[in-house]
Amino acid sequence: MPRYVMVIDVERCIGCMACVITCKKENDVPAEHYRTRVVEEVRGEFPHLRMELRSELCNHCENAPCIDACPTRASYRAKDGTVQIDKIKCIGCKACILACPYDARYSHPKGYADKCTFCEHRIKEGKKPACVETCLGKSRIFGDLDEPNSEVAELLKKYDASVRLEFAGTKPRVFYIKKKFAGGM
Amino acid sequence: MSITRRDFLKIGAVTAGALAASAPAIKSVMALGKKPVSLPQYIPTTCEMCFWRCGVIAKVVDGKVVKLDGNPLHPNSRGKLCARGHGGIGLLYDPDRLKTPLINTGARGEAKFKKASWDEALGYVADKMQKIKEKYGAESIALLTHGTISTYFMHLLQAYGSPNFAMPSFALCRGARGVAFEVTFGEDVGNPERLDLQNSKAIVLIGSHLGENAHNSQCQEFAEAIGKGATLIVVDPRFSTAAGKAKYWLPIKPATDLALLLAWCNVIINEGLYDKDYVARYTTGFNEVVQAVKEYTPDWAEKETDIPASIIVETARVLGKNKPSVLIHPGRHTSWYGDNVQRQRAVAILTALLGAYGRPGGIYLNPKKKFEPVFLSEEDYPDHKPALNKGNYPFAGEEGVTHAIVKATLTEEPYPIKAWFTTGTNIMKAMPNQRDTLKAVQKLDLLVAVDMMPYDGVMLADVVLPECTYLERHDDFFVVKERALGISIRQPVVQPMYDTKPGWWIAKELGKRLGLERYFSWNTFEEFLKHKAEVWGIDYSELAKNGYINFPESEKPYIQPGEDFKFKTPSGKIELYSKELKEHGFDPVPKYTKHEQPPEGWFRLIYGRAPVHTFSRTTNNPSLWELMEENVAWINAKVAKRKGLKNGDYIVLVNQDGVKSNKVRAKVTERIRPDCIYMVHGFGSTSKMLRKAYLRGADDQQLITRYAIDPISGTVGMRVNFVKVTKEV
Repeated sequence: MPRYVMVIDVERCIGCMACVITCKKENDVPAEHYRTRVVEEVRGEFPHLRMELRSELCNHCENAPCIDACPTRASYRAKDGTVQIDKIKCIGCKACILACPYDARYSHPKGYADKCTFCEHRIKEGKKPACVETCLGKSRIFGDLDEPNSEVAELLKKYDASVRLEFAGTKPRVFYIKKKFAGGM
Repeated sequence: MSITRRDFLKIGAVTAGALAASAPAIKSVMALGKKPVSLPQYIPTTCEMCFWRCGVIAKVVDGKVVKLDGNPLHPNSRGKLCARGHGGIGLLYDPDRLKTPLINTGARGEAKFKKASWDEALGYVADKMQKIKEKYGAESIALLTHGTISTYFMHLLQAYGSPNFAMPSFALCRGARGVAFEVTFGEDVGNPERLDLQNSKAIVLIGSHLGENAHNSQCQEFAEAIGKGATLIVVDPRFSTAAGKAKYWLPIKPATDLALLLAWCNVIINEGLYDKDYVARYTTGFNEVVQAVKEYTPDWAEKETDIPASIIVETARVLGKNKPSVLIHPGRHTSWYGDNVQRQRAVAILTALLGAYGRPGGIYLNPKKKFEPVFLSEEDYPDHKPALNKGNYPFAGEEGVTHAIVKATLTEEPYPIKAWFTTGTNIMKAMPNQRDTLKAVQKLDLLVAVDMMPYDGVMLADVVLPECTYLERHDDFFVVKERALGISIRQPVVQPMYDTKPGWWIAKELGKRLGLERYFSWNTFEEFLKHKAEVWGIDYSELAKNGYINFPESEKPYIQPGEDFKFKTPSGKIELYSKELKEHGFDPVPKYTKHEQPPEGWFRLIYGRAPVHTFSRTTNNPSLWELMEENVAWINAKVAKRKGLKNGDYIVLVNQDGVKSNKVRAKVTERIRPDCIYMVHGFGSTSKMLRKAYLRGADDQQLITRYAIDPISGTVGMRVNFVKVTKEV
């Protein structure tokens, strides 16, 4: 079984927002909701500034609080290790939305919880998730961590990776790498 | 998150009961879930969400476009699209699109539109045109145009007898850069620019905010360079996204860029960091440059630019160390001040000193292939009075100068202009000094707008002719000059919605009514394209199927070491010292000119782009509007504190001529110099028919009442306006 992960090379994100909109179109995400976002963090005072752009999405946690919180098993772990939602089983109780420490889920106007699926429909066809496919900076890299020669495995071997809210113990499968420091004058 | 913990408890209590009750219903839903699935079609075409013109593959299901993706074969997209490219669906299905021809029944510009048939609208236009031609001559009909539609309307107007067309892309955008590079290297740097970013070891961005300016392949290569560890130097009064990636951010005092460029030349020459072999072999006028830049020392430049001399020296050394794989980005929108060409000349000279033109990581060479021109018609255009569309600017480009048209309309000199066609151009947002534009509009006997959306400029028109979107039409082939040359096709992926028509059809039908049938001898544009493909020896069906044909043998990106390379200048060399400029009475080597700085309490208005919008063109696009509904005014945090402004407060900007902006939210940030206000261009629409964009954000162009014209090229400096900030009451 594969172990799908996403590696985000934050240096290469240029904030173009192509990921956000391709995701919306690919997955028919309703108005005012998003499955992914780009967060901008600026530190320092003029002119000594640093900025980080961070793509955020469902972490497909190994230790997923959303699955634990779901009363109907609508949120489940798929065979490929990703966290998915069975829309039909979902009763729209929003427990998972509250349980997720990453604010990765939203309530779809049709009544079910919704979030990033790692574009499972595309993975099945051998394609990359839509956001990865279109990422202008190749900042988002997707693959199977159990495949030792995969780009994601290589990157995680080579660089220190961090995850969001590591202390939460959720064991995310979205990893952030920073190859070098960049800063202002 | 919108639900509170208390809500959650309530929901939890309800769901326990709901669970059991809903179980049978789920079964029936599942049983009904077997609908026959329509197979998607994938149709390639060329994007028009900006002017980079990427290859797109449209996914069409049941006659509806559901997804747009990048064509992997096309070098401008490489399988990827930017946010706007993906958001093209929003344009296609925007409920506010122009749907039928419209005729204004009120006074000029009142936008009291009645719906009209094509026959009625085109008849009305043709009739007015004939009257103007009889009274003033056909030359009195001018065309302000942008984008692919220009092809057909320039043809129509010239066939009718007018040479007076102008594209904002010259005087208001890329013109100065084109002139400077032509004078120096014998050719423009191209569109898309021929930048070898992916191989650059050091990159200088002067005002260019790649990332926020989301030109697809350029951004891809920019990120590639960053990923490979290129040293990035960003010169910008604002801490742009690109600055966030930079090793050196130089928050320059606006309007002093030329001082920095000349000081860099000074250091690079004094420290012997230039490419001596390249300079000796390929350039002329080096000694004159040495003399000219002597006075521009780093210490002098520090006082002008606010950048410490030590940093100027350090960054110059970075450039010298990484030569020739250095990219001094030549910019795109370069119409900043009255000395645009000289500033761009300094960019060109610096590029040459570093040996970066025609070298890896610098600017690569044009591909070696040309197609013979295939004209829309073999008929000659009639003779006409001398054109007035270039004003009195010796280096004005073939694209014409928009303000020359405006001025001639206002003054009726050298002869009156009595009609404007505006095609693909929002005259209110593209051109400075809206008061002049509106005054000129009142002097016209006819104003026709051809466009897809009811933009501000369209609302002024007597007759509005609705063009269908790029996803619904054929256009002329795009000859793409990337590293290799290629051909890209635009073809309909769905049929035109409403009563809209392709640009070529509108021009042809109007031509018929003007007795110009012989200039439009093809029935459909596809017929013309097939003919063109045949002349060029291209397989049309292959092009239609793949969207792009590449000619890899045309690629010759670099000058080989020691090659006897001839530049297309009069001397065959890179002209560091320009005899051409000298002959026309201009400085042959750039000299620094000091520009006025804002008085105490005033800010310089600067403007730029957002990655999810293309000027005013996309501000109403539902898919993109959602990501950015309005612009904000960036203001330095310390200044804001002094003024008692908080992030998100509405403010109003007032310029030196007393023009007040629409209310706009303040973005209180450390990311901008205290003497500037920055806005994303294109917002604050005054068109009520753009229901999403109407009065959202502020219009920078409204505040640009003052402009400085570059006497060399006629390009317009638009960063010369000062504003005061007032808090909304």
